[in-house]
Amino acid sequence: MSKRIPLHWRLIPHRYRLLGSECKRCREKFFPKRTVCPNCRRRGQIEEVGFSGKGEIYSYTIIHVPSRGFEFLKPYVMALVKLTEGPLVTSQIVDCDPEEVDVGQKVMLTFRKISVDGSSGIIRYGYKFKPKTSLSL
Amino acid sequence: MARDVAVIGVGMTKFGEFWDRGYRSLITEAGSKAIIDARIDGKDIDAVYVGSMSPGRLIGQEHVGALVADYAGLVGVPAARVEAACSSGGLALHQAYLAIKSGLYDIVVVGGVEKMTDVSTEHATVALAGAADQEWEAFHGITFPGLYALMARRHMMDYGTTEEQISLISVKNHANGKLNPYAQYQYDVTLEDVMKSSMVADPLRLMHCSPITDGAATVVLASGEKAKKVCENPIWIKGSALATDTLSLHGRKSITKVEASAMAGKKAYQMAKVKPSKIDFAEVHDCFAIAEILAIESLGFCKIGKGGEMVENGETWIDSRIPINTSGGLKAKGHPVGATGIAQAIEATWQLRGQADKRQVKGAKTGLTQNVGGSGATCTVHIFSEEK
Repeated sequence: MSKRIPLHWRLIPHRYRLLGSECKRCREKFFPKRTVCPNCRRRGQIEEVGFSGKGEIYSYTIIHVPSRGFEFLKPYVMALVKLTEGPLVTSQIVDCDPEEVDVGQKVMLTFRKISVDGSSGIIRYGYKFKPKTSLSL
Repeated sequence: MARDVAVIGVGMTKFGEFWDRGYRSLITEAGSKAIIDARIDGKDIDAVYVGSMSPGRLIGQEHVGALVADYAGLVGVPAARVEAACSSGGLALHQAYLAIKSGLYDIVVVGGVEKMTDVSTEHATVALAGAADQEWEAFHGITFPGLYALMARRHMMDYGTTEEQISLISVKNHANGKLNPYAQYQYDVTLEDVMKSSMVADPLRLMHCSPITDGAATVVLASGEKAKKVCENPIWIKGSALATDTLSLHGRKSITKVEASAMAGKKAYQMAKVKPSKIDFAEVHDCFAIAEILAIESLGFCKIGKGGEMVENGETWIDSRIPINTSGGLKAKGHPVGATGIAQAIEATWQLRGQADKRQVKGAKTGLTQNVGGSGATCTVHIFSEEK
């Protein structure tokens, strides 16, 4: 993972607040954001849009051999979350026993630390999802 | 279709972990073997293409088109590196095909190479993860096996595909690899070995994953006219197609059908004027065992969702309905990423020439290769025939 700060900094609004895009012409919503609508291309009218953060698990895996920077989390759940507005999002699922995660489970947005660059690098934050029934904030 | 394109020579290194050998040594061995096999000389070569995914990260070397031409003793010859993650080799083959088809070149040497063991496994994994969307997938901690695990889970749920069916692919590919002297792993594994191997990304286990490998492969392509002059047993490329999909898995309409593979397959079948039922054998991209099921479905060898059953019924072994990955596939032959697409073309050539020895598919006339980049964002499909 790169230590370069702007690489993360410029995506902060989208990673912190789940901002994506909507094409005002075809009404399809996109996450992550796009500058060109794949349906309408030059005729599209892309605008920024916020997502509710509600959705359900479309597919998931429990990662036992982690990526660099995620070792301390293992085993952890990665899922494709289908947002109520349509798009799929790749995200960690937290605040639950990995063995109890299931396809179709309702989940909601939460804000967490994602990864850290060693002892002196930047700390990256962003979205994760947790079971909707969870009491924790 | 203006010109025909043929494979007139092939050569590859053994695949494996070679601490004593570097990038240059591997690709020049494969290249020399192919040129000798083609019975041509350096002065006959019009251009060189090299498929290589990540030499920058794996050996700190970019600019490998010129490097390969240089070390092959071909300074001055047009040379270009081609990259599309794990389908870099297939894409290089497609570019070489186009170059001959265009009429500009008559003889093109196309190689694929990756030197992956000069860095730690962890570092190699980071390099490979570069095929995924760095900002919206890798950032969150998903691994490559993880992406395929997401596909596997959904496939199991939607179509009833079982862990056993997925595991049988590794068993079959090891059985084939045992017959291939170029394979990294030339031994059998049992279903129990596979199903009890350590979990990597649930439901995918270690023995469902292709290994980290050093290796190189090269083929020599020629225009139809040249091929007839210099070669007694040309193998004809009847179809060469490339398609793309969204870079990230989450951008797709379906995660259980590899759309780029279906599109490239359809195009290649049209070019070759054949149907999937006329394909005698195929080399497909089994980077993870589930990918072989996705491949045979997207290429039309069975209906979508029926790949698991087809494997369980034993229809993909050598001497069965449609042998898949007679070479051992990526699982047993090994997966030196950039070389894989070219090594598939070499297996197809050997099969069609009748030179595949113990893994020979009897009466093979038409073969297909499918090479996938990333989680399916790039796919190349080639169809080879012994007849023009």
